[in-house]
Amino acid sequence: MSPFAVAGNIRMADKELDAGKRRFLIAATSVAGGVATGATAVPFVASMLPSERAKAAGAPVEADISGLAPGGLMRVEWRGKPVWIVRRTKEMLELVKASDERVADPNSKRQPDYTPPYARNEFRSIKPEYLVVVGICTHLGCSPVDKLKAEPEPFDANWKGGFYCPCHGSLFDLAGRVYKNKPAPDNLPVPPHTYLSENKILIGEDQEGA
Amino acid sequence: MAAGEKEPVTGAGPFNGLLTWVDRRFPLIQLWREHLSEYYAPKNFNFWYYFGSLAILVLVIQIVTGIFLTMHYKPDAAQAFASVEYIMREVPGGWLIRYMHSTGASAFFIVVYLHMFRGLLYGSYRQPRELIWIIGMMIYLCLMAEAFFGYLLPWGQMSYWGAQVIINLFDAIPWIGPTLAIWIRGDYVVADATLNRFFALHVIGIPLLLLGLVVAHIMALHEVGSNNPDGVEIKQHKDPRTGRPLDGVAFHPYYTVKDLMGAAFFLILFCIVMFFMPEFGGYFLEYNNFIPADPLKTPPHIAPVWYFTPYYSILRAVTEDFMIVLALGVAAYAALIWLTVERFRTKVTAAAVAAVLIFFMKGPEQFVIDPKVWGVAMMGAGTLIYFLLPWLDRSPVKSIRYKGPITKAALALFVVSFLALGYLGTLSVTESRTLAAQIFTLAYFAFFLLMPWYTAIDRTRPEPSRVTWEGAH
Repeated sequence: MSPFAVAGNIRMADKELDAGKRRFLIAATSVAGGVATGATAVPFVASMLPSERAKAAGAPVEADISGLAPGGLMRVEWRGKPVWIVRRTKEMLELVKASDERVADPNSKRQPDYTPPYARNEFRSIKPEYLVVVGICTHLGCSPVDKLKAEPEPFDANWKGGFYCPCHGSLFDLAGRVYKNKPAPDNLPVPPHTYLSENKILIGEDQEGA
Repeated sequence: MAAGEKEPVTGAGPFNGLLTWVDRRFPLIQLWREHLSEYYAPKNFNFWYYFGSLAILVLVIQIVTGIFLTMHYKPDAAQAFASVEYIMREVPGGWLIRYMHSTGASAFFIVVYLHMFRGLLYGSYRQPRELIWIIGMMIYLCLMAEAFFGYLLPWGQMSYWGAQVIINLFDAIPWIGPTLAIWIRGDYVVADATLNRFFALHVIGIPLLLLGLVVAHIMALHEVGSNNPDGVEIKQHKDPRTGRPLDGVAFHPYYTVKDLMGAAFFLILFCIVMFFMPEFGGYFLEYNNFIPADPLKTPPHIAPVWYFTPYYSILRAVTEDFMIVLALGVAAYAALIWLTVERFRTKVTAAAVAAVLIFFMKGPEQFVIDPKVWGVAMMGAGTLIYFLLPWLDRSPVKSIRYKGPITKAALALFVVSFLALGYLGTLSVTESRTLAAQIFTLAYFAFFLLMPWYTAIDRTRPEPSRVTWEGAH
């Protein structure tokens, strides 16, 4: 006899067992118990989401760019991520134009969220001189290395300046646009930012009127 | 069984009384017999059969050293790195315990990879041992999770950026990816919350699961009996008088002694590494991990620890250009199924699945899924495809000893591909290395996916009915 075929064969005292009723009760108990167990999982799953403190930590940060030399790069930490500010020279802006054919998404159309409307232009910036991007590769989140000079590099003999991701070899030009046929699918995101004055950028807040 | 019916324990000298008392209340002697003194294992076990017991030895080393490390380690982003340095420099003997643990991590994977290779050699995954293989693969996946969670704990540069990359793999999953990645991290970036939960999973969550699976693995093994280098079933030839397999010997004392010798030899190698080269040239402990985690700067060259690199190579091999090769591969595979399988439903299913895959790989532009996602999918498939092995192998024989030249060549090619992918995964990317990784990725998958065909047509030699014991030495 199968160990599971109990229900129909049991006699309780002198009363014949109602197998249908027993099956119903087993099913009902299982369903109720299953629902309760499932509901109990909710707080456990929820406890792993970002805490209120982690959510509140995303405050905007101010960057002072007065000390940034032409052709230089500075890093600012915003929401635990590196934000780069590059002061581009005339030549560097020419190199951006020259890269148009080599980048996958020259006009930043693929991911509208990655480029705020006020930076949706040829140089992906409010002022052409200053590039502000989140320095996290859109592939798997490494922080690319700046290779700002246009000179032959081991990863590209015809390098036009930009950023090289050491993890999986993605390349970005001097406007943070991703090269074609690289693992990263998208351009580096431009964070919401605004100029508080000539030399102060607030990262994390959109430009007024945008 | 009522307590009074059991025979008193004999042969334990002064402990006879105590053991009898226990045995009347707990199935002590029964367990001893079933799993040791009356578990009959084939007498022709060779070198490859050391690695199962060695895996248990390493598991014990990891658990014991891990418990002592948690006594000093602080799972806090601000203190973790310093607490590891504290263990290394100030805790008496702390450096040794930590090196045991870090060497044990790599040793675990070496032993498990060799144990799995033994399974491939002798067909240990074949009927009736499918479930042993599947549970074993679950152990392997747990081990990878355990290693990944543990690697974040020192909170060095490689810990941080390694975790960043792996968690971002989940980000690539369509629709739910970004939310899932945030849920895993508990923050928008790898942060204190991530470290804290990885600690919890590393020291209790996964180890409990792992122990349960190890028990299940051994129980399933002892239910059906061990395979052997000849791939024949020893239970088919039993001594009519005793009912014991003629080609079997009792696990205890014969194999406990053999395994003890293996353990002694293994521990010599283990100690050489632990005392003289614990970093193992940057493979066991990566140099960049001696730098505290810096969320603003990725080290110039990052690579996972060696045991993950084959899969990491597969991930990196999937580029935009490679997608056309993948799409053609899927089409060719569907065509192969269509032409050789008789069942119409299988043909249609294969064609439909292939059409859907190709549509999302190379179809209309707005539907194409990024190579990044395919890379993640290929990497996942690369680890999960082992589960299918019991059903992919159609050879009439189990052991490589009696398999034909095609199967032997395929296995050799697979081993070369696995090692080559592993090596490439430790290096930075160049065009020629990517090309090499792509070729080896194709070979890796071909080994599994073409197995039903090449094992079926291959010329095999007849299996002996009994194990070939003399000949093996």
